Amino acid sequence: MSRQIEVRVDGRALRVPAGISVAAAIARAGVAVFQRSVGGEPRGPLCGMGICFECRVVIDGRRDVRSCMAVCSEGMEIEVARA
Amino acid sequence: MREVASEVLILGAGPAGLAAAAAAAEAGARVDVIEGNRSPGGQIWRPEGATEAHPTTRRWQQRLLRTGVRVHLETTVVAADGPRCIYTVCGGEMSRFRTSRLVLATGSRELFLPFPGWTLPGVTGVGGLQALVKSGWPIEGKRVVVAGSGPLLLAVADSLRRRGAKLLLIAEQAPRRAVVRLARQLWRSPRKAIQALGLMARLVQVPMRYACWPLRATGDECVRSVLLQGSDGSIELECDALACGFGLVPEIAIAAYLGCDVECGAMSVDAQQQSSVPGVYGAGEITGVGGVELAVAEGAVAGTAAAGARVPVRWLARRDRQQAFVSHLDRAFALRPELRRLAAPETIVCRCEDVAFEALAGAESARAAKLATRCGMGSCQGRVCGPATRFLFGWHHDRVRPPFFPVPMAALAAIGTVQPSSANPACYQTFTMDC
Repeated sequence: MSRQIEVRVDGRALRVPAGISVAAAIARAGVAVFQRSVGGEPRGPLCGMGICFECRVVIDGRRDVRSCMAVCSEGMEIEVARA
Repeated sequence: MREVASEVLILGAGPAGLAAAAAAAEAGARVDVIEGNRSPGGQIWRPEGATEAHPTTRRWQQRLLRTGVRVHLETTVVAADGPRCIYTVCGGEMSRFRTSRLVLATGSRELFLPFPGWTLPGVTGVGGLQALVKSGWPIEGKRVVVAGSGPLLLAVADSLRRRGAKLLLIAEQAPRRAVVRLARQLWRSPRKAIQALGLMARLVQVPMRYACWPLRATGDECVRSVLLQGSDGSIELECDALACGFGLVPEIAIAAYLGCDVECGAMSVDAQQQSSVPGVYGAGEITGVGGVELAVAEGAVAGTAAAGARVPVRWLARRDRQQAFVSHLDRAFALRPELRRLAAPETIVCRCEDVAFEALAGAESARAAKLATRCGMGSCQGRVCGPATRFLFGWHHDRVRPPFFPVPMAALAAIGTVQPSSANPACYQTFTMDC
């Protein structure tokens, strides 16, 4: 139905429907841990609306981007491991 | 820095903000709306996928187009120099909005309460999971427990079910009798009654428990199971996702910063929706959580009043009718005291700074806790732990200081020195920057 685009999650190519959030793409890549807390605990999205900052990742080299607020675009490089 | 001159500036393009914008513009005012998301509609009219607007939002957009309202999307309010000067950032660019009237329609956010395991990936808010799923988060075939409190539980459960999630349980902390009492009030609002009946019918296959709440989530890098307290003992369920939220709290940060009176966590307004600060109006959940119909009714009143026009009496009556339902809602979903005792000593309360319950339990106030532990000083600026510590310890919100959201230093520097807010002079010290 909807157009597919290609993004890379930690270097792995992934085809996703255009228009989905980066958070959704990461989950579709099978990744549960989006970032580590200051104490090293695994964390993932909580609020889904941009207030909790638990879903921060690196997008195209930009750090601390809230993946629930960002939308996938063709060729986007998403880095979770480095976040 | 970009300068924008406005007559009525509206913060938030959810139901209340859209209604206020339409009303103010139709009363002849020059209107600007600032919205942080990519599309208007707020959380309730959040579009499916990121590209197309929700059908209801589209109708509002057409109405706003006709009246020349300018909607500034993906724009975040970061600071204010009094209620007539609002600073925003959009894609790294700062703007200064000057306005004669301000309508705050900032909505609400979920109340999250700490319990062991609540920080595990896979444990989300209820509205949180809904928002994620609408943006393409995979849920089909996943085993989901929906827990917490409030009407959102059923609405979200239904939406997850439609998308192929396997709903294991809906756990509502309120007792059944309280919800039944609320249901008896539904005749006053036929639309709500029809919605509720529809939800119950569609969810008839899903196990639902009242007086049931989560005690613990377990898993290594992701939630694997949840233990819940029920009226007849505890129950453990293996799951892939736990959506948990204990109702909604008004988003009052900017109102509090501007010096507007706040009562019981909500912005106080008069019959014209005006706050204690002249020229500052509030509409929707910021004045108390009451649902979409109330938000639209309040928005229409606030927008009209902010534009300096006379508010039609029937609009006021419509709002008052909707308002009457709110107290019933609050009573039905009142949070039980047991929820204050869910956290173990080592359970994290402030997720940004990893502050555990035991580090906070002895503190006298939010401010004392903040100074001693950094609780509330992380990226979310206390938006998650603030309402939680208010419920757990009775702490009031600490002073709000700009920037309201984390913002690049370069963008912040563009503001330079702002005058101290007369309502909140302490804000001056941290915000002033020499550049």
